[in-house]
Amino acid sequence: MDFDFSADQKLLKDQARRFLGRHCPASAVRAVLDDPQRQYDRDLWREIAAQGWLATTLPLEYGGLGLGHVDLCAIAEELGRALAPVPFASTAYFLAETLVAEGTDAQKRTWLPRIAAGEAIGCFAVTERPGALVAASVQARVEGGRLTGVKAPVTDGLVADVAVVLAREGPGHSLFLVDLSGEDVARAPLQTLDPSRGAARLAFSGAPAERLGEVGEGMALAEAALARAAVLLAFEQVGGADRALEMARDYAMTRYAFGRLIGSYQAIKHKLADVYIGNELARSNAYYGAWALEAGSADLPLAAAAARVAASEAYWVAAKESLQVHGGVGFTWAADCHLHYRRAQQLALVAGGTKAWKERLARQLQWRNAA
Amino acid sequence: MNFDDTPEEAAYRAKARAWLRDHAPRVTPRAASVGLEDPTDLDAARDWQRTKAEAGYACITWPMAWGGAGGEPWQAVIFAQEEAQIPTPHGPFAIGLGMCVPTLMSAGNDADKRRFVGPAMRGEEIWCQLFSEPAGGSDLAAARTRAVRDGDGWVVNGQKVWTSGAHLSDYGLLLARTDPDLPKHKGLTMFWVDMRSPGVEVRPIHQMSGESNFNEVFLTDVRLSDAQRIGAVNDGWRVSMVTLMNERMSVGGMGASLQASVLGLARELPTLAGLAIDDAAVREKAADWFIRIEGLKYTRYRALTALSRGETPGPEGAIGKIVSASLMQDVANTAVTLEDEYGLISDPELAPLGAAFQSALLGSPGLRIAGGTDEILRNIIAERVLGLPPDIRVDKDVAFKDVPTGS
Repeated sequence: MDFDFSADQKLLKDQARRFLGRHCPASAVRAVLDDPQRQYDRDLWREIAAQGWLATTLPLEYGGLGLGHVDLCAIAEELGRALAPVPFASTAYFLAETLVAEGTDAQKRTWLPRIAAGEAIGCFAVTERPGALVAASVQARVEGGRLTGVKAPVTDGLVADVAVVLAREGPGHSLFLVDLSGEDVARAPLQTLDPSRGAARLAFSGAPAERLGEVGEGMALAEAALARAAVLLAFEQVGGADRALEMARDYAMTRYAFGRLIGSYQAIKHKLADVYIGNELARSNAYYGAWALEAGSADLPLAAAAARVAASEAYWVAAKESLQVHGGVGFTWAADCHLHYRRAQQLALVAGGTKAWKERLARQLQWRNAA
Repeated sequence: MNFDDTPEEAAYRAKARAWLRDHAPRVTPRAASVGLEDPTDLDAARDWQRTKAEAGYACITWPMAWGGAGGEPWQAVIFAQEEAQIPTPHGPFAIGLGMCVPTLMSAGNDADKRRFVGPAMRGEEIWCQLFSEPAGGSDLAAARTRAVRDGDGWVVNGQKVWTSGAHLSDYGLLLARTDPDLPKHKGLTMFWVDMRSPGVEVRPIHQMSGESNFNEVFLTDVRLSDAQRIGAVNDGWRVSMVTLMNERMSVGGMGASLQASVLGLARELPTLAGLAIDDAAVREKAADWFIRIEGLKYTRYRALTALSRGETPGPEGAIGKIVSASLMQDVANTAVTLEDEYGLISDPELAPLGAAFQSALLGSPGLRIAGGTDEILRNIIAERVLGLPPDIRVDKDVAFKDVPTGS
């Protein structure tokens, strides 16, 4: 049994934590949060690229490092812990993973080396309206290789070079790769729950679109992309949830009320014990997802849904209860509690919400039990 | 990150599997249960225990000097996994081998070790743990059972409660108060007791589930020799820590099969808006249970990985019982609710799945209490894992006789 990060992966994780401790303190997150003109931290992004993190799982022949997904999971956990305000998930988990899985050799040659070097930013544009991602909600359309329609919100959409887009094609849906540099793409920044992660509304008026994968397979390919991203995002969530718990613990060990440390009251102790339990269950489910992703297992849809549900709920509970333990000070802009409170929602919604993922999980279980 | 055995583990697993195939008795599989019930065939269980002991599989990690195999914890886990694959007789040996005898081995004298370790390992002698009392469940150090010096020995008076297997036991590990003038943790001493001694009376407790898996044990003028003392006088609390560290590992986690059964049931049962399996609330429950059940499974795998790497497992093991006990209660309640009014029927001949859900509903409160209540376990996680301060104790530096009580 070897169900944990390896010694090398733990080393990578430690290095990532030290690196982010230097280059991504809370002040770096706040600099993006507080400035509506800043969509991400360019300096941090450059440093991250120089570390080679964006190249982790990309094939050697396209400028990647050819490492496994578990290595990327180790990095993801640290990025989540540090609340890194960079388009890493959009670029590495969505764009690069989708290109590797579905792209033609030409598409890979065009984009993967630039992604690996930190020279191209990606985004994943599927949502158009409130509610779960169902075929009927997707109205954007590609005709004659030209995309028309509106996508919102698109995380990192204002700064991305290229988008993976779900759109109608003929009677069904397909997935497309769309270069965002043309004049037939109008981008507008969006006000969101988590301004430390920029998002945009993208309006396409005949933008050239290259198909990714087979025609008519768009919904299935989007689901597959979401499953891969769900595992990697789960590690960001586990990292954030751990940090939120630590913040609450540390505060409870310094704050006195009624002549006692508040951490000595069972109301606080039991609350934080429950947060710890949720975090550990989420970590274990995330490990299962990491294994399934790296092994290319047929379990991936189930494992990804379990990792996603457990991690989204754990981070939300950790973030809101951490803020609660901080009391009034936790509700101020100056305290870091709201950074996690916002990011917990951002990460829980960016690849589809918990309600939809629970239904995906239930479907997998139903098929499995029926088999 | 994988589930594969290392070559060393694979070799051990193959050896264990082959041995089990050649030596395990053929018995009928037991029905799903909450895991508290008595053995149905004690003789068969004893035979199986002896067979394992003779082959070095009964207490794999114990030193060879005491009849163990001097093996590694991961070997014990692999053997247990393989044994769990086949129905073997269910014996009442876990408390003795998991808690009482390890306490003897760590704090007892050589004569006691020579006398007791072998017979317990071979299933010839059964042990129980005489700790909890009517006045102190979670607060174990509040034990009032008195052991008073009498010449060369001791005389014991008092009452123990929630003693699993006392009615089957040959010996008991007894925590008794030897000095009520000292603060409560400091005036306790550990002894062993022959359960057939004059003055020991065992009465079964009739549980709310209708079963009787536990006992009250009344101790009236029970005479012990000083040689039956384990560890120093008034050092019993420290000695008991060895016993208790093992308890929470042995009170098990379960629920996976019950959860699968609910989904099977949901495929057949109607709600007012279609089949239960299509009900959004039921589907959300299925997802919630799955992440808990699988989360615990993979948490165990993480602990096993630490053992396999020769490391000490992290504190995450503490979450097993607290999660699985409430999970079982919720699964049972949901299933009974789906059965609707028919769910009232707990007759195994009539209720779906042999009334497994009704039985789990009535048994699960015990799991949330036994071996550390949910509340005590949260304190333990908060204090030992998160490092939060212990509760302020009003009874800590007070002579035990002066501590306020409700009676």
